[in-house]
Amino acid sequence: MRITATLQTTRRLFPLPNRWDIAILPAVIGLLFLLGWGLHGMKVPYSPGEVLTVSLDRANLPGYALRTSLRMGAALLLSLIFSLVYATLAARHQKAGRIMLPVLDVLQSVPILGFLSITVMGFIQLFPGSLLGPEMAAIFAIFTSQAWNMTFSLYHSLRMVPRELYQVADVFQLSGWQRYWKVEVPFALPNLIWNTMMSVSGGWFFVVASEAISVSGQSILLPGIGSYIAVAIAQQNLAAVGYAIVAMLVVVLLVDQLLFRPLVAWAERFKYEQSVGGDVPTSWVLSLLRRTRLLPRLLALPTRLWGWSVRIFRRVPARPLLHLRRKITRREARLLDRLWSALLISAAAFSIVFLARFVQSEAGYAEIGHVFLLGLATGARVLVLLVLASIIWVPLGVWIGLRPRVAQHVQPVALFLSGFPANLLFPLVVSWIVLGRHNPEIWLSPLMILGTQWYILFNVIAGAAAIPADLREAAANLGLKGWVLWRRLILPAIFPAYLTGGITASGGAWNASVVAEVASWGSTTLTASGLGAYIAQQTTDGDYPRVALGIAVMSLYVVALNRLLWARLYRFAEKKLNLGQS
Amino acid sequence: MNAKTQNDEVLIELSGVSKSFATPGKARMAVLNEVNLQLRQGEIVAMVGRSGCGKSTLLRIICGLIPATHGRVLYRGKSVKKPVPGISMVFQSFALFPWLTVLGNVELGLEAQGLPPAECRQRALTVIDMIGLDGFESAYPKELSGGMRQRVGFARALVVNPDVLLMDEAFSALDVPTAETLRGDFLDLWIERLIPTRAVLLVTHNIEEALLLADRVIVLDSNPGRIKADVPVAMKHPRDRESLMFRRLVERIYIVMTTSVMGGEGGTYLSVRPGIGHRLPDVAVAQIAGVLDQINQPANARRASLPLLAETMQLEVDDLFPILEALELLDFAHVTGQEVQLTRHGQAFAEADILARKVIFGEHLLKRVPLASHIRRVLDERPGSRAPRSRFLRELEDTLSEDEAERVLTVMIDWGRYAELFAYDHGSGVLSTENPGEAGVAGGGELSG
Repeated sequence: MRITATLQTTRRLFPLPNRWDIAILPAVIGLLFLLGWGLHGMKVPYSPGEVLTVSLDRANLPGYALRTSLRMGAALLLSLIFSLVYATLAARHQKAGRIMLPVLDVLQSVPILGFLSITVMGFIQLFPGSLLGPEMAAIFAIFTSQAWNMTFSLYHSLRMVPRELYQVADVFQLSGWQRYWKVEVPFALPNLIWNTMMSVSGGWFFVVASEAISVSGQSILLPGIGSYIAVAIAQQNLAAVGYAIVAMLVVVLLVDQLLFRPLVAWAERFKYEQSVGGDVPTSWVLSLLRRTRLLPRLLALPTRLWGWSVRIFRRVPARPLLHLRRKITRREARLLDRLWSALLISAAAFSIVFLARFVQSEAGYAEIGHVFLLGLATGARVLVLLVLASIIWVPLGVWIGLRPRVAQHVQPVALFLSGFPANLLFPLVVSWIVLGRHNPEIWLSPLMILGTQWYILFNVIAGAAAIPADLREAAANLGLKGWVLWRRLILPAIFPAYLTGGITASGGAWNASVVAEVASWGSTTLTASGLGAYIAQQTTDGDYPRVALGIAVMSLYVVALNRLLWARLYRFAEKKLNLGQS
Repeated sequence: MNAKTQNDEVLIELSGVSKSFATPGKARMAVLNEVNLQLRQGEIVAMVGRSGCGKSTLLRIICGLIPATHGRVLYRGKSVKKPVPGISMVFQSFALFPWLTVLGNVELGLEAQGLPPAECRQRALTVIDMIGLDGFESAYPKELSGGMRQRVGFARALVVNPDVLLMDEAFSALDVPTAETLRGDFLDLWIERLIPTRAVLLVTHNIEEALLLADRVIVLDSNPGRIKADVPVAMKHPRDRESLMFRRLVERIYIVMTTSVMGGEGGTYLSVRPGIGHRLPDVAVAQIAGVLDQINQPANARRASLPLLAETMQLEVDDLFPILEALELLDFAHVTGQEVQLTRHGQAFAEADILARKVIFGEHLLKRVPLASHIRRVLDERPGSRAPRSRFLRELEDTLSEDEAERVLTVMIDWGRYAELFAYDHGSGVLSTENPGEAGVAGGGELSG
């Protein structure tokens, strides 16, 4: 009797692994080992000018893939911390938010590779004699491609926490610390995870682009898939390009299956809705983890830590809620807005003067005018490509979206394709242009939208799938067909979703122009005249005033396009085409 | 000695509690006015009143969620300025945390008090057992039906052993049989003293619910809210809603409420003529027409008793009284005691066809609702007969809070559009008189805006 009892207590303390543990444990340990190995490679000695050899040996590819993923992981972690801190501050302190949000808005419109061009030398000087400098620059570039978007998402979620949840928290006297982790963060989590997933999708493009950069006449190759493909391009090795593409496919697939699927499936419970939705995302990895015995034990540690933290931070008072304090009335808000605009305009004027002086040290008015013309060329490309992509993908997306069975299979593929870094496919197109002697001014352009067109497709699919069944039935009952059906039902119904896709695609295309307007194959370099090519060229030459000029002009174009085109369309869509409510 | 014990019995004491909200103009909009109330040990008190009488606001002041503008709230002799242990609340919308299990939701309040995890668990499990949620500990709220969810709401509120339990329309989001069951179960716990709660204050817009549960029913007047009557309910549980005494009490509360709505005891029209900032009841024209049609039955001599009307039209107090107020305001009907009687205008409206109804409605709007005639006058004076909505909104904000001004203007525009007094284009936010009915096509075409 006593022996069995002891055995049972031991068993409860140290549960025997079950068969699921046996499958999972080696995987977890292996993952930790790989992490250590990869991180170690980051801080090998390096001095500027030194050329790191990247070999095209296929056996090296898994290692390179790991290094690329680690860069992504580091950037993701930074983005997460940044958005938690920044969004929380902006949401809690209304006055701070009035400054912090516009800043974020401006940062969002700066081309991401522009950050890389400007910061890489600084980072190299920050970590002299170590590869950590260029690594940091690359990580920072990826960070800039993710952080703003995630922060916006978190901020908006934090502002939308239902008032009644706050009231519950207050009635039961939760401390500020508890309120943050039990109410606010969980509420924001589903959106944050979804946005993180989208950010990582977009991020792969920039990891690949930032690994092989030439700055101030030196080319830096960080070990990774991006460098591998750069070397393959230099050696005109099509087979190696193929290997890199396959390796990247595997990485994207693994990250999706091992990280995001489980996260999305897990986050389902945080959705603030009254009933279980029809189509709940599932993940085999999550199910597997839930069946193990040891992992729940490991989770007991964070639970314990949480318990301690609650007691330690119990004294943190819950800040009075915004709506409990004196509300800022509309009239005061108008005045504040005016003050704020005046401040912003003067700050902008000041920075324009400052920037102009910096730029003028190198470039004259004629060149500035020329750069604006280049921007116009790139802008025209972006718009034409958007129109072309829409002509192709809107009808297709609608066709798919109206057929749930097809949509079910196509949507994940479109999502996956949008995450695949399109720059890996560039060499295939470029070699074709070089060998066939096609006009680069025209044929380099499609590269800009190669990776981002999928956003249009899957948003249109989602929009079409969301058309209420009764509206479709009513349309069929009235005998609407052909153009009338499209004009009166389908186009208005998918328009908001299409806009979301279009905005993302347009932003992505501007960003991609920096790497798409200049492409090389072996010793041949093709250039399409445009702002992207200008920035890329000046970065290679290390001409900082001109880089700044190019980036400023591009940001200006992006902001102008957002304000003049997208924001207006959005307002129109919100006012007139909001299905289901007034 | 005797006086002392009586003093001890008072758990919550409100003296002169008023609440007003700032308007964008200089004035303040009063929501509660000089409320005095005592909640004694061992009693269930129900508060009824129509929407806008500030009953939910009062509940939130009592539990310290929002401060009163004037007056004091005492709990066991101590002033309540923020939420205190000992007062807990059940919410109308349940307000459960979807990311916590049933157990997690129930443990929440205990965890906040810093109790050791083992004790939290033990107490939570006991309450879960008691409230009939056994077997659902690890379920997430999404998996539960409405009734089960509100049981979690009750368990969460009861696990902290509250002295005073506040219920904010706790049963109104449930269907009728579910609400009935849950009410019964709660009463059982209360009567058998299985819970340590000493007093309950519940807010409801269902008069029968108030009479089924409470020992006292407090009727709140609206605009601003103040206590109109305090009706003791001396009936033993379980109460029979078909009994004569129950029916009498229902009628009595209706009578109290109507006199409070209409201002004068005799049921005559508001003694003070409403101004531009009059808080129009939130009622659609179709509701007004529907009630008029119902009353306008020759067999009934064009009058109806309110409890009966509420029952046949399936209207709760919250829905019925705003309609009655609109009828009075437009001079379509008079409410006396617990009866409503059509005027000849109301009868004419009820018997008219669609177009004639619009004409009658329009005439009465211009005559009886100052805001309507004001808008019309401004539009007529303006060149082009157009004015932005925001112009009138700002005017209303002189006396009403932002939300209330917004609501009143929305009601006004809805009524005015129906009566074709003016047209409104939602896209541009412009009111106009130019050809009401067609302006929507001219100004709000597909390509503009």
